[in-house]
Parts: sequence; structure tokens; C-alpha cells
Amino acid sequence: MSIDRKAPLELTPSQTIGPFFAYALTPRAYGGKELATEQVAPEGVAGERIRIEGVVYDGDGVPVGDAMLETWQADAEGRFNAAGNAGFTGFGRAETSAEGAYFIETVRPGALLGPNGAMQAPHLTVSVFARGLLIRLATRIYFDDEPGNTADPVLALVPEERRATLIARRGADGVYRFDVRLQGEGETVFFDV
Amino acid sequence: MSLIFPRTGLQAHPLNNSPEYRSTLKRAPSQPLILLPHTLSETSGPVFGHAAVAEGDSDLTRQHAGEPLGERIIVSGRVLDEDGRPVPHTLIEIWQANAGGRYVHVKDQHPAPLDPNFTGAGRALTDAEGRYRFVTIKPGAYPWRNHHNAWRPAHIHFSLFGPSFLSRVITQMYFPGDPLFPFDPIFQSITDAKARERLVSRFDLQTTEPEWALGYQFDIVLRGREMTPTEEPHEH
Ligand SMILES: [Fe+2]
Repeated sequence: MSIDRKAPLELTPSQTIGPFFAYALTPRAYGGKELATEQVAPEGVAGERIRIEGVVYDGDGVPVGDAMLETWQADAEGRFNAAGNAGFTGFGRAETSAEGAYFIETVRPGALLGPNGAMQAPHLTVSVFARGLLIRLATRIYFDDEPGNTADPVLALVPEERRATLIARRGADGVYRFDVRLQGEGETVFFDV
Repeated sequence: MSLIFPRTGLQAHPLNNSPEYRSTLKRAPSQPLILLPHTLSETSGPVFGHAAVAEGDSDLTRQHAGEPLGERIIVSGRVLDEDGRPVPHTLIEIWQANAGGRYVHVKDQHPAPLDPNFTGAGRALTDAEGRYRFVTIKPGAYPWRNHHNAWRPAHIHFSLFGPSFLSRVITQMYFPGDPLFPFDPIFQSITDAKARERLVSRFDLQTTEPEWALGYQFDIVLRGREMTPTEEPHEH
């Protein structure tokens, strides 16, 4: 194959989503057709049903009421974009409420192959968009009851004292709790992707 | 086709730590980002088919009983990857203020009138050559509270997916020669003047339709290059 590759085109820079995206991107309250919602797995999708909920906080601990979270995940078998599977897309989109709260209902993703043949523990890949963020923040949601976390090659890159910010904790009600702290005390780990 | 996603082009993006834009002050992370090797979780991404886009979604002037007020425009262009290849059948979502600079959003307090014939939200899929086309009206500039007498230059918000989680981007398209550019900390958060220029659409007589609407061209470049034998993907 050719060694002299074409000079790359320069990327289109990112800009903030701003405060006024809802009527286009999460338009339920405006009667618009939604591209994706908090309900990631329609009826018939195989796997254990889970609910993840939490609050997005700013550096003062004030809830962020105008954020959008997007989640991307493998299916229960650890596959992306698998044909069939009752139309499971793996893509979720949730707007935070005025109180900064969001939730996602989906199926627990399976483990999947990671770098250098290591297995990645089940996780969701997350983008956080909001006014005041000029480029989306990328993070991951892991689950506190997955034994594979200890061998996960991505968690291993994160300083131990910050790892817990990437791990959703299952409550007595079975719901996973995952808060996002944009800044300061307990700041969520965000990735350079 | 297997793509890789080099990081070399990423310096085009603004930093979240851009204090002139005051909303960043309490929202930009203070810790350094952690470098993530690209795994299947990042190199894959959602695929949207024609079901995501309804007839008429790309014409924002025909979503109501009457025609919206303002200057009718045609915004079109191509979505390309870093190798200059078209990104076909990818979803674009747009939203914007009306001709008076007012958003339909319930929290927009700008005392400019809403237009009953304009919502300001649209969707389109690129064709096999990566082309897209929207018909809309030119959005107005609007004030915001970032600093004294702060005004946003006229812009249309663009949201794109491309082939993977890594190509996902939300941005804003501006109009040529806007006198508000030097005073806008969001536009100026992109420190490289050439990179800022890439967000400014180009007036185009070719796509201007006589007796009907002005044409603006806006090409978008998303992350992704063709893999060569010397560049092994990270997941191997
Ligand atoms: Fe805007």
C-alpha cells in the first residue's frame, strides 16, 4: 500500500451544545420525534434489564439542569450493532431535568475484547454535553458488581483513588447510581479519546 | 473499511478551560483527561437509517401552516473524513434561532418575537457522496449574559455522528463577515484562526436559487482515516 498518504483534511472544531438544544435533540416536551431516548432496549431485547440514574453536578455541587448524556454500549453478548436482537441500537440519549437528574434503562452489556487481547469488563461509553462545555466530555459507566473490573485494562489506567468515579453502585432497590461531577471534589474521570 | 482515529487533528478543538466563556468556570474539569486507548467501544458507533429522518425534516421553512419570516437560505455541503472521503448516510441534526434571534426553547428569555411558523429544528442524512442540504431562514444574532453587551454571532447548531463514537461532534456554523466574531468568546475559544475559519460558511452563487434563496456552503470534516499497514489499530 502507498506510503505517501494524502495530507489529512483539518477537523471541524467543536462548539458548545449551548442551553437551547432540547427542542431539537430531546424534543419530547415539544412534541418532536426523538432520535433516541432513555429507553435503550425495546421489549424483546435479550439480557438483564437495568436502570442507571444519577445527577450531574458542577464545581460548586450545583445540579446541571441543561446537560445531555449519550450512552453507547454493547449488547448482552458483548456485540455492537449486532443484526437482529429486537432492534437494539445500543444508543441512549437523556436530558437532565431541572434538578440535574437523568436515567437510562437498558440491558446490562456483556464483556468484550479490549487492547492486547485483554477482556474489558461490561461498561457503557458516555458523552456529556452541556452549556459551558466547548467539547463533549467522554467517560465510562462500569458496574460495582462485576468481578471483571479488577482486570479491566481501561480502569487500570485510572489512578486507584479516582476509579470509583467510573463505577455505578447498585442500591437495595436494584437501581445503579452514577453521578457525574464535572469539576472539583470527586470529579468524574474523563478520557482523552 | 477499517478506520483509525489519530489524535493529531484534535488540537483544532477548543479547550473546555476557556474562562472568557463564563459558563466554563464551574463546568470545565480541573483534572487532566486520561488517555484512552481506542477499543471497540470507541471505534464503533450508532447507525441511523432513513427511519430517523422524516420527509420534510430538512426544510425548516415548511414545518408549519405558513412560511417563516426572514431571509430564506439554503445551507448545503459535504461531510468528509480526514482523508477527504465522503461520510455517507450519516445523520445531521441542526437547531437555530429564528430571524429575530429567538429560540423556541422555553428558557429563552430574549424579548424578540417567536415566529409561529418556525421551530428551528431539522435533520438530514448525507447521501452516498456525503452531501447534505437544508432549507431554512437566516438566524438572527441574540444577546446573552456572558458579559456586558454580549451578543452571539448568527449561527446554526450542528450535531453529527459519523462512523464511530470518536467521530461524534457538536458544533456551530457561522456566516461570513459577521461583525460579532471578535467579541464572541465561544467562537474565539478556538485559538487557531484557520480552525475558526472552518466554522464559517461560504456564500455560494452556484447553490443560490434565483428569485428564491441564498446559498451557503458548509463542509464538515469528521475524525477518521484509512488504516495503513504501518498503523495497527489499538485493539489488536
Ligand atoms: Fe445558539
